[in-house]
Amino acid sequence: MDVFALLMDGFATSLSPLNLMIVLVGVTAGLFIGAMPGLGSVNGVAIVLPLTFIVPPSSAIILLAAIYYGAMYGGAVSSILLGIPGASTAVATTFDGRPMAQQGKAGLALIAAAVASFIGGTISVILFTVFAAPLADLALKFGPAEEFALVLLAFTTFVGLGGDDVLKTIVMICLGLVLSTVGLDLISGQPRLIFGDMPGFYSGISFLVLAIGVYGIGEVLHTIETSKSAPSVTPARISFKELRAGLREMNRLWKTMSVGSFLGFFVGMLPAAGATPASLMAYGIARSTSKKPDSFGKGNIEGVAAPETANNAASTGSLLPMLTLGIPGSPTTALLLGGMVMWGLVPGPMLFIEQPDFVWGLISSLYTANVAAVLINLALIPLFVWALRMPFTVLCAIVLVLCIVGGFAPSQKMHDVWLIAGFGIAGYLLRKADYPLAPLVLALVLGPLMEKSFRQTLIAEQGNVLAFVERPLSGTFIALAVLFFLLPLAKYLRKSPKDGVAAAE
Amino acid sequence: MLTADRVIAASLMAFSAYLMWHATVLPIGWEGSSGPGGGAFPFWLSLVMLLASAGILVRSFIGTKPDDTPFFDPDMIRSVIVVSVALIVTITAMQYLGTYVALIGFLLWYLRIFGGHGWVLTVSLATATPVFLFFFFEVTLKILLPKGVTEPLFLPLYAMFF
Repeated sequence: MDVFALLMDGFATSLSPLNLMIVLVGVTAGLFIGAMPGLGSVNGVAIVLPLTFIVPPSSAIILLAAIYYGAMYGGAVSSILLGIPGASTAVATTFDGRPMAQQGKAGLALIAAAVASFIGGTISVILFTVFAAPLADLALKFGPAEEFALVLLAFTTFVGLGGDDVLKTIVMICLGLVLSTVGLDLISGQPRLIFGDMPGFYSGISFLVLAIGVYGIGEVLHTIETSKSAPSVTPARISFKELRAGLREMNRLWKTMSVGSFLGFFVGMLPAAGATPASLMAYGIARSTSKKPDSFGKGNIEGVAAPETANNAASTGSLLPMLTLGIPGSPTTALLLGGMVMWGLVPGPMLFIEQPDFVWGLISSLYTANVAAVLINLALIPLFVWALRMPFTVLCAIVLVLCIVGGFAPSQKMHDVWLIAGFGIAGYLLRKADYPLAPLVLALVLGPLMEKSFRQTLIAEQGNVLAFVERPLSGTFIALAVLFFLLPLAKYLRKSPKDGVAAAE
Repeated sequence: MLTADRVIAASLMAFSAYLMWHATVLPIGWEGSSGPGGGAFPFWLSLVMLLASAGILVRSFIGTKPDDTPFFDPDMIRSVIVVSVALIVTITAMQYLGTYVALIGFLLWYLRIFGGHGWVLTVSLATATPVFLFFFFEVTLKILLPKGVTEPLFLPLYAMFF
């Protein structure tokens, strides 16, 4: 069946009354979560995940994807109205969005952000649709050796491209991987790393417990520390006249928006990169190719459109490797992956064969979510202005309650609630000391796959380690992984000879 | 900042060593033709973690410019500690006094005393939240939240909804 027919079948699923309602609810919730300063898509998905037990698994994933999507739109709202990015992914939007708001053009900036997000979302979903099936076909050829090599590659992108301290990144990856081995050994079934002989550790440490701890509790503690005074909200309302004027202005920006979309999509696919660097890169390109680079940072509408197309495109891009290969492209998609595994829908190429209804239903729901998001976003702007006045103390209290109860609900153990509190405080401290948290969460989610594929390969090949490099695909991945791993070293060496020459002279 | 960096690196080293010791319960070596044993994966990765955090610690002593910015924001750290303690108290109370007592207490404290909000907001949120949680988790999802000693009080409610 060709892609178009599959997509049409998908629409039959995603346009069912239940799923359509779920998309609307998810997008609206996502918009508000994204608009709240401090809360982004990853926090939203982590906190809401336990609540999604209320709908069937396939709808739950659509709900989470809709929240993810909505949060990307919502991030721009607080960037523009408060001057504080609603999530790190919307940092670049503050550069020009805030000056626009201060010049009394908040409405125009919000329209630009929403329309740009829609364009970025739509172009990237089309790219997604085109690439998904071929990539899944390719992934069907993967054996355990390739799986291991690909996971390794995903982690080395953090070392090579992550931009964080290399040693701290390595510590976080290893910590996540080791924590993922807690529980029963995959091959022999023997218990291991049962700390203090507590029975709660026999079932392992759930990704959800770590995510709620780090992204829920940890985030609240961080917000408490950084929110000294309440920020002031710029009032904004939009009229049809402004909407028409905004659309006319956007019409000039097709080049910027298409560059942002393609860039965002491909950067978003990399685990270590994602929406934040993609939006910063798109902003940089828009400024350097502009005829009036000086007007950027002073309220240029192009400076709002570029990052907003890129961050939405990146969020779709990071879904692609998650769904087709089972390797998430961002922390949020890592949580989606964990959620899918929890519900028995294991992402990867087999999902495209065994559950085509679900896969294409999810993909087509991205189209509906996109349309819903732009409409709801524009319609609810007055409500956002009101919601942004909500004091942090109310928001934090509600988030903490949801973390505690949501952490208990999935497996109904107090053990998990204690772990969440522990991870929350530890995550808060690690984040303050510049340890990146995304690789930690990704490592916990991918750890079991990595160990299983590694040991399966060795069992199948009678302990021959060279099996990983002898197979062409896995060999290529390993070579790339080595390259990424050596990248920081190469950078360091390129810098130091100059110092050496200077010293000699 | 530098001190905090060192303390965290040292704690991570200690934690990795603990993990390594724990991992040795299962074989950590090469088991003939079946590849590494069950303890190998956690053991060797913990070793890498130990080395990397040792690297961070060593690096902090050589050739870095002094960084005097405080690790915690002195004005706000009190709030962070107070909320963390409140969180721990709430979870303890959840186990013994039940979820609803614990969460209502937490919300009353957080909104009224910590947040300084008015009684109207405080009471309405502290009532609406447990009612929502009850209907969402217990009635709809059939997930029973811990009740501790307050369990008998819920029997009439169970009779009504189940």
